[in-house]
Amino acid sequence: MLSKRIIPCLDVAHGRVVKGVQFVDIIDAGDPVEAAVKYDEQGADELTFLDIRASHESRGTLYHMVTDVAEHVFMPLTVGGGVKALGDIESLLHAGADKVSINTGAIFTPELVRDAAERFGSSTIVVAVDAKRVEKHWECFTHGGRKPTGINAVEWAKRMSDYGAGEILLTSMDADGTKNGYDIPLTCAVSDAVTANVVASGGVGTLEHLAAGLKEGKADAVLAASIFHFGTFTIHEAKSYLAACGIPVRL
Amino acid sequence: MSLWLRGEYLLMIGLINYGMGNLHSVAKALEKAGGTVELVSDADKLKDYDRIVLPGVGAFRDCIGALQQTGMDAALKETLDVGTPFLGICLGMQVLMDVSYEFGRYPGLGLISGAVKPFPEQHPEHGFKVPHMGWNDVVLSSAKRPHPVLAPLAGNQVYYVHSYCCMPQNPDHLLGACSYGDYPFAAAIGHDNIVAVQFHPEKSQRAGLALLEAFLQWYP
Repeated sequence: MLSKRIIPCLDVAHGRVVKGVQFVDIIDAGDPVEAAVKYDEQGADELTFLDIRASHESRGTLYHMVTDVAEHVFMPLTVGGGVKALGDIESLLHAGADKVSINTGAIFTPELVRDAAERFGSSTIVVAVDAKRVEKHWECFTHGGRKPTGINAVEWAKRMSDYGAGEILLTSMDADGTKNGYDIPLTCAVSDAVTANVVASGGVGTLEHLAAGLKEGKADAVLAASIFHFGTFTIHEAKSYLAACGIPVRL
Repeated sequence: MSLWLRGEYLLMIGLINYGMGNLHSVAKALEKAGGTVELVSDADKLKDYDRIVLPGVGAFRDCIGALQQTGMDAALKETLDVGTPFLGICLGMQVLMDVSYEFGRYPGLGLISGAVKPFPEQHPEHGFKVPHMGWNDVVLSSAKRPHPVLAPLAGNQVYYVHSYCCMPQNPDHLLGACSYGDYPFAAAIGHDNIVAVQFHPEKSQRAGLALLEAFLQWYP
């Protein structure tokens, strides 16, 4: 049976892993290869790297980092941050990424997703959707949740899925950083609307939250950062818990 | 192109490079498994290797087109005829079949009879999403002994990413199976010196590396 995936997410800047605490302090948390190897040993199903300081100057550093990681761990790697053109995607894939996540670039140029899916295949294209509740619906935000776009997040996710995105990386900006759990109604609404895989993100504080994202949220995969970074739980502990809940995972 | 280094024989692996996708991770995984890897773009060189690996990313028509254009299709058939062990991965498995129905109808290499067909669009069960992406089982064919290259996979899940699957005509060519929802498909096929897998050993962590090691130690 197809397993639900557990994906640790690593924020990177200038080729280093960083950890934000309470949205303020960025702590240099070390070497991306070391972090990747640690998660590999714990049995992570996949790794996601997001370049939070994506700038033109730092692209080369990011490509080197991806190549370095891909030489040391043999598992699927998703890389995102500052992807705006087909050339960015091609460079990341050639560096060793298996999937490339597009966020703001898709908002500005939706056709980029269609072109990218046609050229590189749906399974390599992830669209990151950062959603925030606005009255009775959810709206897409860019720039780390600071800029509203006026775009309905569920409709947007469906459009991106129809354009050929193989996966939607769905982050609730309301839940992110709260440790109160995923935004389940949002996750469920997107899962029901799209044919693409849905990765739930934002808000995990406990193992119950992971289970809720997969069961009630109907997500195909769950992504978490801090509970794994700070050693609150290992990937293996998370998977053992999910297995005990009757969720198919790879142990 | 056999190499002896300090009394030890180095197995030379020819990784077919037809200009599509990233071969980096396949090359690195094969090296990790103990091989010496060279990318082969020149069809004439193919016969010089101890093992041949055909990876695959992208669309069927582009892959077969590139193999034909470079003369790699004929060179590969000749090399396989003399018994060189061969591993096809993902699209490198699909391209072995007679025909594919991806974006039209395209003839394949015809090394294994049967067709490449898409997963059914709509599945009666909920949540049947295409591509089939993630970790899933490989049920090894038990009629005979499990294939020596696949034997290390027993009890492990492997990483799949694909929207099309191989339907081999001869049941003896089916070496391993998987189900997506309740739709069964070929996870591994082969005969004689050919073995091919739908999943990605180079992305399947320890289980995948164990398969690659077994491939290097395989003398069909």
